[in-house]
Amino acid sequence: MDFPAVSLRAILPAIVILTTAALVLLLDLLPPRERKGHLAVVSLAGVVAALLATTWLWGGESRAFRGMVVLDGYALFLDLVICYAAGLVVLLSMDYLRERGLESGEYYALVLLATVGMMLMASAGDLIVVFLSLELMSLSLYVLAGYFRARLASGEAAMKYFLLGAFATSFFLYGIALVYGSTGTTNLDRIAASASRDSLMMVGVALLLVGFGFKISAVPFHMWAPDVYVGAPTSVTALIATGSKAAAFAALIRVLVTSLRSTQPDWTVLLWGLAAATMTVGNVVAIAQSNLKRMLAYSSVAHVGYMLIGLVAGGVFGTGAVLFYLLVYTFTTAGAFGVVLLLEHAGGEGVSLADYAGRARRHPILALVLSLFLLSLIGIPPFGGFVGKFYLFGAAVRSGYIGLAVIGALNTAVASYYYLRLIVYMYMREPEGVEAVSTPSFAGGLALAVALVGIVVLGVVPTPFIDLAQAAVTPLLR
Amino acid sequence: MSTSVWLIPAFPLAGALVNAIFGRAIGRRAHWVAVPATAAAFVAACVTFSGVVRGATYTGQLYPWIVAGALKAGVSVQVDQLAAVMLLVVTGVGFLIHVYSIGYMQSDPGYARFFSYLNLFVFSMTMLVLASNYLLLYVFWEAVGLCSYLLIGFWYQRPAAAQAGKKAFIVNRVGDFGFGLGVIWLWTVAGTLQYAEVFARAGTLGRATATGIALLLFMGACGKSAQLPLHTWLPDAMEGPTPVSALIHAATMVTAGVYMVARSHALFERSGVALEVVAWVGGVTAIFAATIALVQTDIKRVLAYSTISQLGYMFAAVGVGAYTAGIFHLVTHAFFKALLFLGAGSIIHALGGEQDLRKMGGLAPRMVPTAVTMTIGAAGLAGVPGFAGFFSKDEILAAIYDGGSLGLWSLLLLGAFLTSVYAFRLLFLAFYCAPRMSPEAAHHVHESPTVMTVPLMVLAALTVVTGFAIGIPSGEGTLFAQFLAPVFPPHEVEHGGFGAYALLLLSVIVVAAGFLLAWLLYATRPVAPEDLGRPRTPIHALLFNAYYVDRMYDAVIVRPLFALSVLLARGFDAGVLDGAVNAVGRAVVAWAQGLRRVQTGYVVNYALTMLLGVVALVGFLLSR
Repeated sequence: MDFPAVSLRAILPAIVILTTAALVLLLDLLPPRERKGHLAVVSLAGVVAALLATTWLWGGESRAFRGMVVLDGYALFLDLVICYAAGLVVLLSMDYLRERGLESGEYYALVLLATVGMMLMASAGDLIVVFLSLELMSLSLYVLAGYFRARLASGEAAMKYFLLGAFATSFFLYGIALVYGSTGTTNLDRIAASASRDSLMMVGVALLLVGFGFKISAVPFHMWAPDVYVGAPTSVTALIATGSKAAAFAALIRVLVTSLRSTQPDWTVLLWGLAAATMTVGNVVAIAQSNLKRMLAYSSVAHVGYMLIGLVAGGVFGTGAVLFYLLVYTFTTAGAFGVVLLLEHAGGEGVSLADYAGRARRHPILALVLSLFLLSLIGIPPFGGFVGKFYLFGAAVRSGYIGLAVIGALNTAVASYYYLRLIVYMYMREPEGVEAVSTPSFAGGLALAVALVGIVVLGVVPTPFIDLAQAAVTPLLR
Repeated sequence: MSTSVWLIPAFPLAGALVNAIFGRAIGRRAHWVAVPATAAAFVAACVTFSGVVRGATYTGQLYPWIVAGALKAGVSVQVDQLAAVMLLVVTGVGFLIHVYSIGYMQSDPGYARFFSYLNLFVFSMTMLVLASNYLLLYVFWEAVGLCSYLLIGFWYQRPAAAQAGKKAFIVNRVGDFGFGLGVIWLWTVAGTLQYAEVFARAGTLGRATATGIALLLFMGACGKSAQLPLHTWLPDAMEGPTPVSALIHAATMVTAGVYMVARSHALFERSGVALEVVAWVGGVTAIFAATIALVQTDIKRVLAYSTISQLGYMFAAVGVGAYTAGIFHLVTHAFFKALLFLGAGSIIHALGGEQDLRKMGGLAPRMVPTAVTMTIGAAGLAGVPGFAGFFSKDEILAAIYDGGSLGLWSLLLLGAFLTSVYAFRLLFLAFYCAPRMSPEAAHHVHESPTVMTVPLMVLAALTVVTGFAIGIPSGEGTLFAQFLAPVFPPHEVEHGGFGAYALLLLSVIVVAAGFLLAWLLYATRPVAPEDLGRPRTPIHALLFNAYYVDRMYDAVIVRPLFALSVLLARGFDAGVLDGAVNAVGRAVVAWAQGLRRVQTGYVVNYALTMLLGVVALVGFLLSR
């Protein structure tokens, strides 16, 4: 029998995280049993180690496990994004869980396992690996969404996420089967080489897009997102909104621009429609929301629409714009959910718009920080969101998709309404009722600080990051 | 010169940061930081200006901001004659208003915060003027908008203030949507956003492309400078403290649109059509807002509509290619309108917050400096011969007449008549007719402190001398025009000769007629307060309600959008709860809804929607 050459180097960051997950589970069994703070620290150390491993591998390019896994600049760039998302989530989880008495080894292990899945999605060179890592990530997230067992909404979220996720996955799997049927392979490069465009392939492409559409929550496959975002523990919501979306985009981009190149004219039109619908529905429905987590859920749907614009535009410029936006989006969204998490009451209350009335009076710093994240989401300079949007819309106009850019720009104008409303509530309304929320701890503050520095740096000195993003997508497009 | 240029924005930025960070400790001494910071910026602007007078210009870059392939934009500045003039106005008027604010905001609990925002605004506005590429212009275009929003909503305890701030922000987003797209489009066709390079290549752009870009940019200008149809935010913005109205919503920020169009004249000229649009939008706005100003009863709203109208004059001027006339009017308007706003603030201060013209009257003997300076301001606004507004408005009218656009010219001439009417109406109602306030309010009337009246006097002096100093037409145009000549293409205006004198005489007659009408209506007989505020004729009601534009937008845009949102939310999303439900009730409802959703199959609905999506995607790809 002929074993494939094993090259663990190519998946080193994922291995680091996986080892950390095992270590966390092991440590969980050892004393001290009542305090679990150290588990978070170990998890964080693992994430940082994975970040270091990523930077150590930087510039490398190789394939491993018979092309199942690809190590390239693209995968490494997304590893960075995913590591930041995971790190921020771990930081935010520490006090959030302790205050609710729910710290456990499983939680951190599941977060890390989901992270492994995300990283592998970014470096998958084969549809089978895409599927497996997608499932590793999803299963971990299903469990995490239902982590607050005592809370009905949490269980409901997990159930819905799981049921609808399974539904979407079946389409995805069927799509893989059809693509295999059309091309005789599941390897991304070989699918590209076959350049098939028969109807089997077409249906396959459509079903793959359904699967990805679900994970990135593109309209009309977004319906799970608001319910799950609201019901899941807010730290998990942050992970679903940032890491899992980044990973799904990572795989989507790689599959589309490398292996489905032959059908590009077809899926471009399709994505055009998805982008327009996703932006518009996300933003318009967000206006009607009174629950902040729900509003941010629709906002994140809308941002997926913006990112799809870059994919429609294509080329190094458009695809690079998606990656850059993904980086900005991760920091901004993690930060926004972070503030919501810190201000949430122990019972899960305190996330409605009315609860934010007059928040600036009691939590001046948190309110200010949240306002800055919201301004970045609107796309106000000097924050990363502005540069990201300019870059995306610029890519669209450059490729001739002026209509899509117009829809996008109109959407940002509409979106400013509901983001601004939250700022108005925080600063310009009298507080209602009494509330006692402890001041954020060091870990929470650190997470927000990192996210805030992120969006400012990405807005003020974006050039190195744009270069990185463009360099990352260049090999895909060869 | 490079140092002085960079110091202009640096001082106010430092001031803003100091007051923002140490505001709590600084408290009532905040003006010791903010006022010197602005004064220093003014000095730096003067040094820069003197350099420009000697013929030097400056370009420089702090660092390359965005470099993405062909997309390059740096944090880079340029100073030429136009920028130098703007810088002087922004920092000079800004300094006077800072001084005035020491008195006006004296007892406000947010003293340090106010000065911090004000400094931040001066920083952003100077950077807007200094920017040497469109992307940086856009950044500070947004930044001044943000400062404006912060300052409109400064008294956020008042719901109206918070609402007004929000409105200003969102209406401006609509304009900026166009502006942003224009910048992106410009970049894709010109390959650069640097002014000098863009203008050098303007001639190579297609006419239709240039028109599209110019109109999109102008959309942003309509938002920022409150021109039709995006003017609705400015009257509401009067909820902000009066020094803010004077600085941001009269003298500087709202003129950014005029500055931008003048700056981009190469693009607009390439299009031709776009310039015509600018001229007509300006002209129509000028008369539209002037008619509304005739009947308003809130002193600040009269001035706000007047500002919209005067900005219309500036756009009309730049629209016919009379850039120097437009910019000259920008400068004189900055002086007399800031003066009028600050004077209004002095009245409001004296009356303990009263802004209603119906409850004023007979203030002149009680507050002589305010009355005298405001009379000068009103004369400047109305265009009484000798005052600054006379020179600049006449320049505009002459240029438009020479341009051959008689329709536009007659529109603006009528506007000049209306301007004279409402300017003197305001003056009579506030100062020179019988008092209409309650006896105890009348008892408390007092002149404002010196720190407030001195800026009034300085601005009044500027209103008197500016016209004579730099606005007298000569063979080579005014001194002002000669100074700006390197920036703008020459615009031939026939000065002197019988035609020009006839025009001059005509505009003097129009102003006099306006004065006479206002005098007959408001000064010769006692005015009953109820006559002012209660519309009796449909036309009066139409004007009083500002042509119902706000209500129309509400019915045509705001409500449908909201309805659509709720509709989509109902269809797509069962989780929308009525905001009126209180917290306990909400939990119960959520519980019940949660149960119901799991048990009665909302998940199935979701899955069905997904299935429809699947069918659509597959169907679409198969059909190709």
